[in-house]
Amino acid sequence: MDINNFGVGLALLGAALAALLAGIGSAIGVGLAGEAAAGVVTEDPSKFGKVLLLQLLPGTQGIYGLLIAFLTLSNIGILGGSGDISFAKGLMYLFACLPLGLVGLWSAKRQARAAVASIHLIAKKPDQFGKALLFPAMVETYAVLALLVSLLAVANIGKLPI
Amino acid sequence: MAEEYTYAISRVRAKELSLLTQQDLEQLMECQTEEECLQILYEKGWGKDGERETILSVETCKTWEFLRELVPNLTGFRIFLIPADYHNLKTAIKSVVTDRYPERRYLLWGTIEPEVLEEAVRNHRFSDLPEDMQASAAKAFETLLHTRDGQLCDTVLDRAALLQIQKAGRQSENHLIQRYAELLLAISNIKIAVRGQKLGKPLGFFQEAMVPCESLDIGDLARAAVSGQDAVMEYLSHTDYAQGVEALAQSSSAFEKWCDDNRMKLMKTQKTNPFTIGPLVAYLLARETEIKAVRLILSGKRNRLDDRIVKERLRDLYV
Repeated sequence: MDINNFGVGLALLGAALAALLAGIGSAIGVGLAGEAAAGVVTEDPSKFGKVLLLQLLPGTQGIYGLLIAFLTLSNIGILGGSGDISFAKGLMYLFACLPLGLVGLWSAKRQARAAVASIHLIAKKPDQFGKALLFPAMVETYAVLALLVSLLAVANIGKLPI
Repeated sequence: MAEEYTYAISRVRAKELSLLTQQDLEQLMECQTEEECLQILYEKGWGKDGERETILSVETCKTWEFLRELVPNLTGFRIFLIPADYHNLKTAIKSVVTDRYPERRYLLWGTIEPEVLEEAVRNHRFSDLPEDMQASAAKAFETLLHTRDGQLCDTVLDRAALLQIQKAGRQSENHLIQRYAELLLAISNIKIAVRGQKLGKPLGFFQEAMVPCESLDIGDLARAAVSGQDAVMEYLSHTDYAQGVEALAQSSSAFEKWCDDNRMKLMKTQKTNPFTIGPLVAYLLARETEIKAVRLILSGKRNRLDDRIVKERLRDLYV
């Protein structure tokens, strides 16, 4: 059996992990922040707009995961093309997808906790919205860094002469 | 799971805005009569229409209804419900033994229906009560029936309640509830020592009434209580409760205030905690404290007490 037959499978696993892990993190995060937001809106519906924005913050990791998965699927030919990927390249795609997958999962969960704390801040001091938005937004930095690493890697693996 | 109270805590955070502030208390203090105070409280949404004399118990019931809505299973709040259950048991025993049934004698937020308690006591069917309560209920009933000494009956049930609090604190996985239970036990033991010493109670009384806790050696405290108030203060000055000695030397009401402020100090740590049951517990105590403050002010206005005396006794608020 030719080991290179597994190349496309490994690359596909990478794409799946990027979408899965980051998506799971975002689902947990948006859900948790949503519970907090619903609690505040139950008592004071006028704060809906502010808490909604905070609830959405942990949702970005899932979008990043989708982006990396799409790019990987496109580059390995699943969305059209030959799909002829060597074992080495397949492994590279898998590793390239991992930063966004793992950091996406963890950062979405941690960002949700910060968002919940900020939603509580809004509940008591709505005039502090700007500051409240900054705390969970800080966590986004690390999701963006992971996205950058995965993006650069996935975009350039195809150019390697392997 | 730490996140299971996320929705509840958010609602509590929004509700905290309607807690009374120091300015609100000052506004109440400036009123000339109890009626004026009640008017301000009604405007703030306190009480129910047509139930002027029960405004405070209505507010306590509202707090429990709110918590029941947020957390259907109140096991985590057991430590706060035990005193209400034992208060109702004391009342049921005294009502049955003395054959006197005053109106509104029961607290309405306990875990056991007052009718169940009263029926169990009247028919001597203590097995109808929760297992933890049966032995102490029977003992308190027999004590009151044979001695007619209400204080002795109270001592039996107070100790049983403290033992339940100790158990609930140990069973809880929440650090705040563990610390609160320990604080409650220690403060209760100190109060037993102080009051018993003033009444000249023997060593046996202290050993019977006190409940072991981690931050105090109840043997040493009991011996100090037999020796005198100075010995109690000397013993306490070497414990975590050394700051209470000054209040104790001042007056018993200053000491009561120190005890309540100490409990509130512990709860204030929850202001910045976004998870666990802690903020809900803190809200409950915040409500209890403000209701206590309002009771003090209303009673001061009713009895035309000097504002200075009332102000001295006002506890620290949560907000």
